[in-house]
Amino acid sequence: MERYAPRERRDAYGPRINREHSPLIALTLPWISIMLGSLLPMLFIATALPLVPPTGFLMLVAWRLVRPGLLPVWAGLPLGFFDDLFSGQPLGSGILLWSLAMIAIELLDRRIPWRTFAQDWIVAVVAVLAYLLAGLVVSGASPGSPVLVALGPQALLAVLLFPATARLVARLDRMRLTRWRAA
Amino acid sequence: MAPRAQRHAGFSKRAQYTLFTGYIAAGGGALVGALLLGLSLWNPAFLSGLRGGAQDTVAPATRSVAVARTESKGLIASIKGYLRAGSQNAALKREMEIARIRLKEAEAVRQENARLKGLLAIREGEVKPVAVARLVGSTASSTRRFAYLGAGSAQGVRVGMSVVSPRGVVGRILETGRNSSRVLLLLDPESVLPVRRSYDSLVAFAEGRGDSLLRIKLVNLGINPLKAGDLFVTSGAGGYYQPGKAVAIVTEKTSDGGLARIVSDPAGTDFVAVMPVFEPEAAKVAGTSVGQAVAQ
Repeated sequence: MERYAPRERRDAYGPRINREHSPLIALTLPWISIMLGSLLPMLFIATALPLVPPTGFLMLVAWRLVRPGLLPVWAGLPLGFFDDLFSGQPLGSGILLWSLAMIAIELLDRRIPWRTFAQDWIVAVVAVLAYLLAGLVVSGASPGSPVLVALGPQALLAVLLFPATARLVARLDRMRLTRWRAA
Repeated sequence: MAPRAQRHAGFSKRAQYTLFTGYIAAGGGALVGALLLGLSLWNPAFLSGLRGGAQDTVAPATRSVAVARTESKGLIASIKGYLRAGSQNAALKREMEIARIRLKEAEAVRQENARLKGLLAIREGEVKPVAVARLVGSTASSTRRFAYLGAGSAQGVRVGMSVVSPRGVVGRILETGRNSSRVLLLLDPESVLPVRRSYDSLVAFAEGRGDSLLRIKLVNLGINPLKAGDLFVTSGAGGYYQPGKAVAIVTEKTSDGGLARIVSDPAGTDFVAVMPVFEPEAAKVAGTSVGQAVAQ
């Protein structure tokens, strides 16, 4: 059978005929992926050093920078609370720091609305370093030079992981709007 | 390119209010966080039930990941064994290492016995572990060093019990959920453990530094008698830990003690045993402040 306008049958989000976006997935995927990021460090080996980057926070920053306008400013409150349940930091540190990060990025966006990837990366690096240092201060441990030194590898890993996280978020953002067969 | 200015609400009253409410909520969230943070720093057990419940919820997932992780590690170890001189090599080496630690511990026990011979009517007897479980996870991204254990109050685990691996002390139970609990590792910056040198009565404190080393702080200052290679074992002071368990080996001498490497690195630990509190009475007294009477 001859097909009319075969190119119109599908786009980047899949076939268009008899397929619908799922509002549930479109709305919850960012939140769920950030929460999975919060759970991820717990699955790693019981390291002697804090070595694994704060993947939950990285995901939050990546979603906020790669796809602005999707997460509300107050997203730090529920997501930070969830992170607190598993991160080992005292309860409230995630809520506070994640909220502050969201507000800070919002303010920065008002000042500098243009974006390039390099700029996003710089913002993420500053955010992650500030987050790690602040996390150290509020962790309830007496901060000393050994603890600071031990933060180095973790910070480096986090900085290097941001581009990959940003690509992952971009991929997830496309997945978010996949069309599903209407039931 | 500048993104479309969605956050400029324009003349729409509704959009303006939504934006405004968002900012208020975000600021309020930060305030709530600061408040909760203050409360939980002031009282670390604050809302610990919530964390225990959350832990229990994800325990099945973390447990299966832990099993896969340790099994794959075992696979790598045995492949390594074949590459060198047969698969036993790896196992024998591990055994040998434990035997060496045991030997030092035995030395400590002998010394302890000699000291106790003077005192009569000291109770003897095997101490049985409360539970044996896997370390299922850890707070690998936080400065605080906690691990999660796959056994909780349903298995008889209580706060304050010590956690030991076949190699030595791992840490202490800090919070319990129903089927999981949180362990304060020796490496945590807030962990302090009374120890003594394995072959004499040199007492010290082993404090976590948060960077995978322990600081050995001598109780009696003076000439620093430490040598690299000295093994420190638990002294039993404070009443929480069984005495004579391997803790750390001194690697470097400092002005007031030394730096030591932990014997039972949590990264190499699979199954651990939860031991009952060594002397509950002593632990209770140690936990009471000076002005307070010890509750019976």
